[in-house]
Amino acid sequence: MNRKAFVLLGLLGIALLILPAVANAYVLSVATLILFFAYAGQAWNVMMGFCGQLSLGHSLYVGVGGYAAAALFVHYGIGPWAGVWLAIALCVALGALIGLLAFRFGVSGVYFALLTIAFAEFTRIGFDHIQWLGASGGFFLKVAQREQMDLANFRGPPAMYYYAILALCVLAFISSSLLLKSKAGYYWQAIRENEEAAQALGINTFRWKMLAVVISAAMTAVAGVFYAFYYNNLFPEQIFHISRSIEIILGPIIGGIGTLFGPILGAAVLTLLADGITEALAALGWEIPGVKQVFYGLVLLAVVMFLPNGIWPALARRFGLGK
Amino acid sequence: MSWDLVANVAIAGVLTGLVYGLMALGLSVIFGVVRVVNFAHGEMMTIAMYAVVVLFAAFKLDPFLAVLPVAAAFFVLGYLMQSGLINPFITRPEHSQFILMVAVALIMVNALQMIFGPDARNVQVDYQLESFEIGKLLVDKARLYSAGVALATSAALFAFFRFTLLGKAIRACADNYLGARVVGLNVRHLYAVTFGLGSACVAVAGCMMVLLVEVTPTLGPAYTLLAFVIVIVGGLGSLTGALAGGVLIGVSEALAGLYITPSAKSMVSFGLLILVLLLRPQGLLGKK
Amino acid sequence: MMLRVEKIAKSFRGLQAVAQASFEVGSGSIVALIGPNGAGKTTCFNMIAGVFPPDSGDIVFDGKKLNGFRPDQVCAAGIGRTFQIVKPFAGLSVLDNVMVGAFLKEKTAFGARKLAREILCKLNLDAKADLLASSLTLPDRKRLEVARALATRPRLLLLDEVMAGLRPTECDEMVAVFRELNRADGLTILLIEHVMRAVMALAQKIVVLHHGEVIARGTPAEMVRDRAVLECYLGEDVEV
Repeated sequence: MNRKAFVLLGLLGIALLILPAVANAYVLSVATLILFFAYAGQAWNVMMGFCGQLSLGHSLYVGVGGYAAAALFVHYGIGPWAGVWLAIALCVALGALIGLLAFRFGVSGVYFALLTIAFAEFTRIGFDHIQWLGASGGFFLKVAQREQMDLANFRGPPAMYYYAILALCVLAFISSSLLLKSKAGYYWQAIRENEEAAQALGINTFRWKMLAVVISAAMTAVAGVFYAFYYNNLFPEQIFHISRSIEIILGPIIGGIGTLFGPILGAAVLTLLADGITEALAALGWEIPGVKQVFYGLVLLAVVMFLPNGIWPALARRFGLGK
Repeated sequence: MSWDLVANVAIAGVLTGLVYGLMALGLSVIFGVVRVVNFAHGEMMTIAMYAVVVLFAAFKLDPFLAVLPVAAAFFVLGYLMQSGLINPFITRPEHSQFILMVAVALIMVNALQMIFGPDARNVQVDYQLESFEIGKLLVDKARLYSAGVALATSAALFAFFRFTLLGKAIRACADNYLGARVVGLNVRHLYAVTFGLGSACVAVAGCMMVLLVEVTPTLGPAYTLLAFVIVIVGGLGSLTGALAGGVLIGVSEALAGLYITPSAKSMVSFGLLILVLLLRPQGLLGKK
Repeated sequence: MMLRVEKIAKSFRGLQAVAQASFEVGSGSIVALIGPNGAGKTTCFNMIAGVFPPDSGDIVFDGKKLNGFRPDQVCAAGIGRTFQIVKPFAGLSVLDNVMVGAFLKEKTAFGARKLAREILCKLNLDAKADLLASSLTLPDRKRLEVARALATRPRLLLLDEVMAGLRPTECDEMVAVFRELNRADGLTILLIEHVMRAVMALAQKIVVLHHGEVIARGTPAEMVRDRAVLECYLGEDVEV
């Protein structure tokens, strides 16, 4: 990272840190949402951006992670700090299962994407029937209070949630950065670029692909836990829906797959513009459901057609920010 | 559970399955030839369904009469979509083109949502409530007619690919892109024609489906996934596979709805998809 | 004997690509595998490199049987390979491409980068280290392919028609590089080649394949006079 980028990053960091002190509740909630998608996008990016495995079923991990931690909380009073480990364990197992099935049987590319969709959909319908988890009616977490910071139960003012997701985002960024520069990063990119050539260089592609899938699943599980304790209600129809999976991938694709800043930039651009449009329309008196999604679709279309590598690479070149 | 009930449900499943099959046929043709993963397939069908609803509301046009105009319109739309939008993506990496169609699907579904709202629409015709009685079996007239049209359209498509020059040219493109260009076939045009045909199939399937279900915008993604399940289960590149797959899925869904709960119907389809992807990725009737 | 290929055979859906082929590659030597198109040369390579197993026969490397090894296992055992149609990691830089290979033996990114730079120097690609692999010309891509394979520190290097498409001067440069690697580092080389200029300049021993069988083996001087070899290349009715 060169000088310019470093300075900009520093400024951004400061802005992010002082945000809760200067922003109103609405802006804070938008910022939290942006960071949520930035985090989930980075988790997905490990699998697709680095290793080239297209998953369109990442909502599976958000959902399973969220429900796991929520179930422990609602049924056994166990807080999210313990619950997150169950969430991660379950998602790692699921990711491993999908990876094992797919890679052992040579399922790749579009077929792999379809497989991930199938798993997510299967789970969505399945959870609709699990009474212990609220079934289709929804699973609700009790919110004791919103003033005092109760870290053990992850309850408190909105600022607490904001800093939590900010911390997650920063951790994800640092981890991704370290991974990318390590042997893992090089091997993943080699697999992404040309799997056959990678094998000829001694890379056990099965093992490394599995690693990418499992790490991505684990990271996304944590996003699920955050989701559960932030929104405090879980509906299979919503959390496992393919729209969630698509929302997760929009950030990285628009920002730039495989880059470090891409997912974050993409999430920010998308959420800000989408919110801007909804607000503008509301001000004009139009409350039309579906506008936001059409907008997402149009932006995705534009990016895929004109900026296939995403916004970040073009931006970085223009302002000399390096990779 | 009486045998009549099971038989009736199964027959209904077969008939609905034939309509599913026609929808999947469109996808198989598109994917088999142009190699485009049309993630907006179900959404296109939903648009056709809404078109029929609108035509019925405005002109009292029976869905069966709407088939020709709607199919023709969709042929043109499909042609334009391929030549205008998708063509540049043929040389791009696979996931790029996939995301393109995801974007198109997203726009279609939500545009429908914006225009028509989330409430269900349908078409009311007399024969929807009538059925044929064959011994103890009851066969819905609407379902039987729809299946008939689906079969007829499929047959027409088979004949087109088998016996016409244009059909053979398209098959040539599918088999060998470079070879086709070398012998002077205008591959871009042929690809567009193929996409147009696939879209027309989907349109006909949509016209028929309106008689069987209520129309909501969210049907789009569900049908896209269903179409993929059918094509993969039946076998990519096999037209008979698409129909057979459709019938298989139609019957298993119907029986699942009977024996498990109706909402679990799709679980069976996805379960089948997972099994097929793992054990026999070329599908039941497909070539590897 | 570093590599012993014993009576290997492979057929594809009824077509016998390789039938009972046997040959040896001595440690520190350069052996060329030649023959008309369709003779089964690349099939042999692919069997040695682990792309698919032989239907019968054995492949023994340093006394160890390699049958059924995956390509990555073959590489870990000490055999590197290049591809007939080059497969660069297009989105990565030249340096990063070679680093991927270097990570087989190097534990850290620092070490991998150092080794990669050394190898790029040997192949005269160091000036282009930061360029994207996709921006290279064909000769440079071929050199990159070789550099990448060399980064895994192989004891045996399999070169699949690496001279194809190169101009005579470029070909001579490559030959010089391989000669030097063989001389200075003791690298054993088995190459498939159609470009006779390279074969005659490099090979110490030649094995000739035709219709999947070894029809002759010997030194280059012997091969240009061998009747069977001349017949298979030039047809019958040939005057020696």
